[in-house]
Amino acid sequence: MELTGAEIVVRCLAEEGTEFVFGYPGGAVLNIYDEVFKQNKFKHVLVRHEQAAVHAADGYARATGRTGVALVTSGPGATNAVTGIATAYMDSIPLVVISGQVPTAAIGMDAFQEVDMVGITRPCVKHNFLVKDVRDLAETIKKAFYLASTGRPGPVVVDIPKDVTQHKTEFTYPKKVTMRSYNPVIKGHPGQIKRAVQMILDAKRPMLYTGGGVVLSNAAEELTQLTRQLGFPITSTLMGLGGYPASDPLFTGMLGMHGTYEANMAMQHCDVLIAIGARFDDRVIGNPEHFFQDGRRIIHIDIDPTSIAKRVKVDVPIVGNVKDVLAEMNKLIQVSKEKPDQAALKTWWTQIELWRSQDCMKYDRDSSLIKPQYVIEKLHQVTRGDAYVTSDVGQHQMWAAQYYKFDQPRRWINSGGLGTMGFGLPAAMGVQFAHPEAMVACVTGEGSIQMNIQELSTCKQFNLPLKIILLNNRYLGMVRQWQEFFYGNRYAESYMDALPDFAKLAESYGHVGMKIEKPEDVEGALKEAFDMKDRLVFMNFITDQKENVFPMIPAGKGLSEMILV
Amino acid sequence: MENEAGALSRVAGLFSARGYNIESLTVAPTEDATLSRMTIVTRGSDDVIEQITKQLNKLIDVVKVVDLSEAGHIERELMLVKVRAEGELREEMKRMSDIFRGRIVDVTDKTYTIELTGAGYKLDAFLEALDKDAILETVRSGASGIGRGDRMLKV
Ligand SMILES: Cc1cc2nc3c(=O)[nH]c(=O)nc-3n(C[C@H](O)[C@H](O)[C@H](O)COP(=O)(O)OP(=O)(O)OC[C@H]3O[C@@H](n4cnc5c(N)ncnc54)[C@H](O)[C@@H]3O)c2cc1C
Ligand SMILES: Cc1ncc(C[n+]2csc(CCOP(=O)(O)OP(=O)(O)O)c2C)c(N)n1
Ligand SMILES: [Mg+2]
Repeated sequence: MELTGAEIVVRCLAEEGTEFVFGYPGGAVLNIYDEVFKQNKFKHVLVRHEQAAVHAADGYARATGRTGVALVTSGPGATNAVTGIATAYMDSIPLVVISGQVPTAAIGMDAFQEVDMVGITRPCVKHNFLVKDVRDLAETIKKAFYLASTGRPGPVVVDIPKDVTQHKTEFTYPKKVTMRSYNPVIKGHPGQIKRAVQMILDAKRPMLYTGGGVVLSNAAEELTQLTRQLGFPITSTLMGLGGYPASDPLFTGMLGMHGTYEANMAMQHCDVLIAIGARFDDRVIGNPEHFFQDGRRIIHIDIDPTSIAKRVKVDVPIVGNVKDVLAEMNKLIQVSKEKPDQAALKTWWTQIELWRSQDCMKYDRDSSLIKPQYVIEKLHQVTRGDAYVTSDVGQHQMWAAQYYKFDQPRRWINSGGLGTMGFGLPAAMGVQFAHPEAMVACVTGEGSIQMNIQELSTCKQFNLPLKIILLNNRYLGMVRQWQEFFYGNRYAESYMDALPDFAKLAESYGHVGMKIEKPEDVEGALKEAFDMKDRLVFMNFITDQKENVFPMIPAGKGLSEMILV
Repeated sequence: MENEAGALSRVAGLFSARGYNIESLTVAPTEDATLSRMTIVTRGSDDVIEQITKQLNKLIDVVKVVDLSEAGHIERELMLVKVRAEGELREEMKRMSDIFRGRIVDVTDKTYTIELTGAGYKLDAFLEALDKDAILETVRSGASGIGRGDRMLKV
């Protein structure tokens, strides 16, 4: 039977097992919306801004590992989606974003609501398509899902001109696609894996450095097995948190700019570094020259060859899927007669424990003001460490990462690579759609929350019982911290004046609002909020304005040049 | 790479976004109409060239990348030069063209247009050898390259 392009779009999404489409209608996608109306295979979620549609699809993808789907109209709908697309791109999140386009005959004519979406998004997508012929539509959508979810995941844009959604063609959905120019490597090279295992067994001061790739490849189990059977210290980037249980003694905490003293010192002084799905970001190794002052051999496992040897020289590169490579390593280590040098390992651990005894995460627990760290610790306690936690960008993000001890993967959901303020609330919506029964907390700042606060309306429409934890310091705190440290306390435009009464604001959207001003009220308020299982509760915690995130490696400094409290 | 609309802009965009320099870039369809072949001349340390190769391979439209300079290869570029050809210059230009194995492909009573093919350095040498004031216009195609002997880039 012949179907219109619009019918085909909807059928393809259903074929892909799409549960939710996050979107916003407009002229160029009206045909598609008409078909969305007529079907019941997936649910459409109407957001209040296209950026939020993409972040919500992204939150859904991060929490489930499945591909998130967003649908936006041409022109302003498409440009509004770009920040969301770039956010997903930087963190390698699988998304398919369908955008409407002006009719093919109008392309290039400066038509109403025309933008060159393929051109605009080219540098921030894994790939993108402009579908000019309805006969290519089904296969293109198949390719989009295939590209988004395989290899190093990422967002894929499918731009569809309005006339293509009207034209008819025979519909068959391809079962499989192969592309001669795209063949991601999954299994690591056996010889390289052997060399790596030998190097691991010979190490005197080993360190496991893990990242987002562990979470993306669902390799938490393999990583845990590897770490425990070796007894090696392990650290994680901001993006890898939860890939290894944070409450485990082998875990030394997050590393990098706001990482722990012990993790950064061990990273600097180890003799064998095993990098697993992590990309040696500048927020992680600090000044590369300083990093290289101490020599170490590096094993690097990554599915994307461009991540390897990009910022550091590597001794044993292994291109492959973390899950497959670690499973292979675990096997080899198990059957190997050699074991790691226990005496050397013991000396190394003694050193690490010495660093750990610095207790770099301490903070003033007797303050009469609410300390943001305390709120996160209590959040962890009240939710028994079992919540999904999304965050925005700033100091609150770092405190959430440092003090909510993530024991499971896909629980910590934040924008690391792009650092997009406004991500937290819409991402939390996507998470809650994916896991309707789960506790979902959005840790945010008064600056960030106002970048997508309109989504409180979406939350009302769909009854999403999120818990918004606003750490309200009346500052763009992360900016203020840099100004305090590096700009002589000149707080240029970092004070947040004329804030709304957030509790009332939440109430006006039909939610529950709370304002918490005293440390002794923190725990009770959190309990009360999480007891309201079917309501969104917006918790405005008035926190210590001048609190800073420690430890901190100033930009341009090395890993062992941290500022401690 | 796939002979698709936009493939060229992905390559060009990659070079500018990552700050790699392009000295020249040529592209045209191959005998297989679904494929185009591109020759890029670029410069960089070994590390940079390694990253460029990997980044190009990562582009979905790119089917295969070969660093021709790793082994024996032939490089050819086409240049057309319009020169003044009046008075004693007329004989001089003809002679220079012959020495460099050029061909005069267009003639007026005031000008010659000389066609020259060769590696980039040979074309540079030709321009060097000419009297600057005699050169009216030049156009160069950018280099195309192919491996020597059995070395083949085939899909
Ligand atoms: C305010 C702020 C402060 C920050 N401070 C810090 C900090 O202190 N510490 C810190 O760590 N980060 C910090 N970040 C985050 C930082 O900017 C980077 O986003 C982060 O460090 C990158 O993490 P990653 O190396 O794990 O890479 P990701 O971006 O998660 O990349 C994943 C890597 O794994 C690979 N991969 C993907 N899938 C697979 C697979 N299946 N198999 C194998 N490999 C795979 C990818 O190719 C990629 O190389 C901060 C961000 C902000 C906004
Ligand atoms: C969209 C966007 N604009 C600007 C920035 C730069 N920036 C990073 S953190 C920050 C301050 C965030 O303030 P707030 O949300 O109140 O969080 P706090 O640091 O106070 O916890 C700013 C402005 C950004 N990351 N994203
Ligand atoms: Mg703030």
